Amino acid sequence: MADVKNILLVGVGGQGTILVGKILSNGLMDAGYDVKMSEVHGMAQRGGSVSNQVRYGKKVYSPIIGKGQADILVSFESMEALRWLEYLKPDGKAVVNDHRIPSAPILMGKIDYPEGVLEVIQSKVDTAVIKAAEIAEQLGNAKTMNIVLFGALVKGMALTGIDWEAVIRKNVKAGLGDINIAAFRAGLEVSEKI
Amino acid sequence: MFKLLTGNEAVVQGAYEAGIAYASAYPGTPSTEILENIAQYKQEIIAEWAPNEKVALESAIGASLAGARSMAAMKMVGVNVAADPLFSFAYSGVNGGFMLISADDPGLHSSQNEQDNRYYAKFAKIAMVEPSNSQDAKDMVRAAMEISEKYDTPVLFRMTTRVCHSKSIVEMGERQAVDKKIYTKNLQKYDLVPAVSRKLHVALEDKLKKLEIFSNETDLNYIEWNDKKIGIIAAGIAYQYAQEVFGEKASYLKLGFTYPLPMDKIRAFANEVENLYVIEELEPFMEEQIKAAGIPCIGKEKIPNIDELTPDIIAKVLLNEKRPLIDYDNTIVANRPPTLCAGCPHRGFFYELAKLKNVMITGDIGCYGLGGAEPLNAKDCCICMGASISMGHGAQKVYNKFNENKRAIATIGDSTFFHTGINSLMHVVYNRSNTITCILDNRITGMTGHQENPGSGFTLQGMPTKIIDIAEVVKALGIDHIRTVNPLKLKEVKDAFTWAMELDEPSVIITRWPCILKKLSDQDKTEFGNYIGTCKVKETVCIGCKACIRTGCPALRFNKETKKVKIDEKQCVGCEVCLQVCPVKAIERVGE
Repeated sequence: MADVKNILLVGVGGQGTILVGKILSNGLMDAGYDVKMSEVHGMAQRGGSVSNQVRYGKKVYSPIIGKGQADILVSFESMEALRWLEYLKPDGKAVVNDHRIPSAPILMGKIDYPEGVLEVIQSKVDTAVIKAAEIAEQLGNAKTMNIVLFGALVKGMALTGIDWEAVIRKNVKAGLGDINIAAFRAGLEVSEKI
Repeated sequence: MFKLLTGNEAVVQGAYEAGIAYASAYPGTPSTEILENIAQYKQEIIAEWAPNEKVALESAIGASLAGARSMAAMKMVGVNVAADPLFSFAYSGVNGGFMLISADDPGLHSSQNEQDNRYYAKFAKIAMVEPSNSQDAKDMVRAAMEISEKYDTPVLFRMTTRVCHSKSIVEMGERQAVDKKIYTKNLQKYDLVPAVSRKLHVALEDKLKKLEIFSNETDLNYIEWNDKKIGIIAAGIAYQYAQEVFGEKASYLKLGFTYPLPMDKIRAFANEVENLYVIEELEPFMEEQIKAAGIPCIGKEKIPNIDELTPDIIAKVLLNEKRPLIDYDNTIVANRPPTLCAGCPHRGFFYELAKLKNVMITGDIGCYGLGGAEPLNAKDCCICMGASISMGHGAQKVYNKFNENKRAIATIGDSTFFHTGINSLMHVVYNRSNTITCILDNRITGMTGHQENPGSGFTLQGMPTKIIDIAEVVKALGIDHIRTVNPLKLKEVKDAFTWAMELDEPSVIITRWPCILKKLSDQDKTEFGNYIGTCKVKETVCIGCKACIRTGCPALRFNKETKKVKIDEKQCVGCEVCLQVCPVKAIERVGE
């Protein structure tokens, strides 16, 4: 299915990948695309590695993305980008949050957080490194980090023609619309500069 | 109107539209969201969490007999629990339309085995439908209800993780007005004594023949003609994967009604194509039957029966196609195993439990299963829900008989205790065992995402209800030695173990503290108060011994350079477990 685009969102349980997947897929549906999205629940919630897969085009069959198939990989955590890099097309794009969440063996001091993760990714594919945590904190709500990354994703996939601000408003809690739209704009803007 | 729905949400929409009036379930991934979502229709549908899957199924059977369209939902291993009523219900048949949703988990995202529940349809001799996306999931509920009522059969509604948890576009519809059917007393149909069942078995075989005729005729099973060099038979998510890989390069026999199989339609399709592939996830359920009917096909000799199927696997084994990949070294990526949350009430309990010598620790299904992982390592085994207590009993009996100085300690949750642990504890008492049973009551069903249960005080649809008191239940079962402890207080936990280990009779230790992620009820707030403040390491006092790190709390981090521990104040909730294990009192509480 050559016309089908594949977006892979990865991160750590609790980072808000599911919300981004929801905003993205609803906006794409409203824009007239056939859309499928797949996520995994349950055990993975407890601080494990999580993924959210969105596929869109004229007609989509499989809801899952295979290795070497993603057009863009958006990683909410640095090391997770490397874990999932094999799912990216060799000519695909990576959007990586410059944000480290140490996993259990690292917290225990058994192993170190790997160094040079961003460099490895940059040496292999077209990469935008975003300091989304910093940007979100400056905006006043660290939790909107996911929407900053969403802005970068929209830019990276050239999906700016869709009225995302309306979709965001519809999908976040009342009262959190403005801050999330500010985060979205910041994400768009920062990827402009890269 | 169109909406993007998960398969689970779509089934709920289907149930709403098809006039279902009763639904029951026990939570379990990937089925949980079905009942959570159906609960919103408070006027139209009675939605209930049952203590276990057998109870859920039996309640739905009762609702069907009384005349309502009804359903039960569960994960695949839950159907094992509910199998007893299922097999006999096939004999009696329904009054109001009935379906049992089995949500299978190929790839074991969150399960203890990888069983293929399609075999239950054949084994129990009931009809089966298999949706392949959310639109199917919605539409097939109505089909299932009509089939169930027309052919007087329960319908197995078989889903898998990727159907349950994938979103696709669904066209929404209106609720169909369905009158409750009249119930007429009929012992020859509903009272399964041997004399009745003998006759019903004959009738059941006849029903299956009629269902096979239906299977050959229904639009749920349809052919899409393309190139005839390759013909593919597929159902469920495997159909989507086959389309993804072959597109218009193959013709398809897409099956939505998969038991009994439409063998005439399959034969006719096979005769038209040069090569016939049967593409199935997990077991060769269809392939075995197709081959037994004398129709040659290619299936499991190429397609693995282990793990999730993917389009890539199909492309590789059937077309020898492989996509180019980015070549890189991913060995530097560290593991990210799931862990108990910061402030989890299970942590302190398992920290003390791990110190006990000469014990076999039997585990159960829930978050507390993570107590067996590094660094707590406090578990020997886990088989299925409720098994910790009974397995502990059997082990203890053997230790006692062979004079082995060893004790069995069972660890089970509150919801799990209500599920099937109660029966096992009865066994312990009745058969004069001396096991130690630990019921980790975190006031909610945790792992599946906070479902109410008989001990939590609320029903699925939000009604306040009686709280079934675990300590009173345990006492009523005949346990004379019961202690309730706060698992955040390590000394309380330790003393309880010492006390229990010295007893020659069975004992129960109940740890009572809410899951840290739980939205506290008013009663919880009164009993437990609110967490205020966090813990902090006094760096000048910390000696870097890592004692606190061995509690496995994700809020603690050992800094290799400074040889000190730091607490992430964003994660810490001030449970004070680390504070209690520090040998030099380097951890203090801040804020009140």
